[in-house]
Amino acid sequence: MGQIEWAMWANEQALASGLILLIGGVVGVAGQFRDWQFAAYGIAAGVFVMLLEYPRGKRRKGTTMERPGQRFFAAIVKLFGPLTRNYYVRAILHACLAVPGGFILPTVLGTVNLGIASLIYLLAAFRKEEWRPIQALQSQKGHVGKSIHQPPTNPPPRPPAEHRRKPVDDTRAVEVTARPVTFDSN
Amino acid sequence: MDGCHSLKLLLLWLGVNTFLFVHTFFLYEQEEAYTYTRAMLGSALAWSRASAMCLNFNCLLILLPVSRNLISLLRGSCGCCRSNIRRQLDKNIRFHQIVAYMIILHTVIHVIAHLFNIERYHASYSPVAKDLLIRLSSIGKNSSESYLNPIRTYDTNPVKELLSSAAGVTGIIITVAFILMVTSSTWVIVKSFYEVFWFTHHLFIIFFIGLIIHGFGRIVRGQTSQSLQEHNVTYCKDHYDEWGDIPECPLPQFAGNEPVTWKWVLGPVFLYICERLIRYCRSLQKVVITKVIVHPSRVLELQMKKQGFKMKPGQYIFLHCPSISRYEWHPFTLTSASEEDHFSIHMRALGDWTSALFEAWEENTEDAKETHQVRIAVDGPFGTACIDVFYYEVSVLIATGIGVTPFVSVLKSIWYKYSQTATTMKVKRVYFYWICRDTHSFEWFADLLQSLEVQLMEKGRSHFLSYHIFLTGWDEYQAAHIALHYEENKDVITGLKQKTFYGRPNWNNEFKRIADDHPGANIGVFFCGPNDLSHVLHTMCNFYSSANPQGVQFHYNKEDL
Repeated sequence: MGQIEWAMWANEQALASGLILLIGGVVGVAGQFRDWQFAAYGIAAGVFVMLLEYPRGKRRKGTTMERPGQRFFAAIVKLFGPLTRNYYVRAILHACLAVPGGFILPTVLGTVNLGIASLIYLLAAFRKEEWRPIQALQSQKGHVGKSIHQPPTNPPPRPPAEHRRKPVDDTRAVEVTARPVTFDSN
Repeated sequence: MDGCHSLKLLLLWLGVNTFLFVHTFFLYEQEEAYTYTRAMLGSALAWSRASAMCLNFNCLLILLPVSRNLISLLRGSCGCCRSNIRRQLDKNIRFHQIVAYMIILHTVIHVIAHLFNIERYHASYSPVAKDLLIRLSSIGKNSSESYLNPIRTYDTNPVKELLSSAAGVTGIIITVAFILMVTSSTWVIVKSFYEVFWFTHHLFIIFFIGLIIHGFGRIVRGQTSQSLQEHNVTYCKDHYDEWGDIPECPLPQFAGNEPVTWKWVLGPVFLYICERLIRYCRSLQKVVITKVIVHPSRVLELQMKKQGFKMKPGQYIFLHCPSISRYEWHPFTLTSASEEDHFSIHMRALGDWTSALFEAWEENTEDAKETHQVRIAVDGPFGTACIDVFYYEVSVLIATGIGVTPFVSVLKSIWYKYSQTATTMKVKRVYFYWICRDTHSFEWFADLLQSLEVQLMEKGRSHFLSYHIFLTGWDEYQAAHIALHYEENKDVITGLKQKTFYGRPNWNNEFKRIADDHPGANIGVFFCGPNDLSHVLHTMCNFYSSANPQGVQFHYNKEDL
């Protein structure tokens, strides 16, 4: 249904994976597990992935919902140009980041999920999707007619009233085989 | 009223969760059978078991709200219940999501607790571990001994241990499946890429299979009751180097807990399988499309017939069109009256699916022979019926924007009942208020009102139904145009005899007028729209109801879309 933009899902998955990697890392460090250094890595990698993935990219079609406060992060991500725009780079980056998490248990879940996110990004890259920042919203509050407080733009002599624009009648004008509903009171 | 019941159900559910968690937690923290297990694991044992219990409970619940045919059946069986409880069952998806959030929470607790458990089991072999732990871990080397520590040697690591146990492997599979289900059900994905959501959500099959197998390894171990009688834990735990040598402390025997998850989830899994079978059978049932009407603003009216289909006003159906999308079912409110020989929906072409359907039919209406070529399947009807409208002497129907759709069916139904049984019908007067930005995309409804108005006038009963349409989206051009034509007989926008109003209604005036016109009457007020207006109307109803029980009484009912 419509063009599926895999990057949208990859982004959600990667963001979640970053969080899971982070939590796993915290558990490993706080619990002083064996080889806790991998857990410390998990914290760093998790935070990095979350910061990278937090700003949502612009969709090809339709309006994109921004995450709250993502403008700042989007500006930073944009700075890296093709490194962050290209999804092949992201796929490889996530795959590489995921590997060290597989060495201790607390970060294994983060590894697997980040690996899956990497695969989805690969799919998105095949489909030639790209990360683009969402532009600032233009204020599009165009009223149907101009305010009467503005000076008139059509001074006399003017054509007769019937030829002037009447927005009120538009709703009737575009009827396409409309048939009023009839009732039979049986 | 409805909010009250939602809250009560939610509190009940939270209460059960809390009870299960706390009860299980203290069981594992204090039971003697788990003293030795606790020696190795600490509180992580209790945390993991308590969250597991809540997971069992919530995994049982999660399939129920999405079994819409089951819910329909339940509703049918409590036909004489107050509609509030039935309406409760309509909030399926919301409840499904809330249960899912709880599952997320408990999964986090469960996984973290088990991370500690596996690490601690492994650490029990370490040279720096306490002697009791080393002694406990050494049990099970001979075939006559039953082990306590599922990890059998120090020469391993937790990851390897995870992957070599049934619990570990199923655990990671179902957690990953669950996470994928969650990330593909975010609002963005569901709204824009429905198929990704739909397909990924079917991972629940793997989830439930894995969940049932998860406990088969019997990895949670405690002392057997027989062993507890022979081996006095309170004394023996300090004499671990004498186990087997002194009569007070024979070697403790351990056994794994029986898997219980299957007992919790098998029922709902079976019910859900039935639900999917019903949907599949319904999709095979023949639906005949008797008429297709294209209205302005890309609104399509589909009139259909299906054998055995019975509806009530205010209900909705799910529509399925395999040629457009093999898996999507979309809900539409029914806009026909139950007295008609067909049922109909009015569909606005807004999203991908509705636009595709609209275009498919736009081509077909030109050629009458091909009217039946686009195959449609129908599931339903679902939802609560707004039949309470007929039980009051005076009914006030208020709708905003698209909330008017359930009332279409009600209005038509009132019309039919009035035509047939005017003298015996309880309802004597109906007020209808519609507040919308503009009538754009509702021209079909304006036509319907016009037609009703004409027919009532012909019968000389124009006072039975009175409409008040409030357009809130006017601008200066429209205002000027309307002011110019104010003196005319018919309303210049809708063509109706009753004038359209601009801006929002003054509810105080409206309620006062209705109360004055009908002293001593029981007046039902029905509203379909946003919550803030709902509060206002509810307040109005209370305010204008007379203190005297014999005086005018307003009864407020909110309909849910």
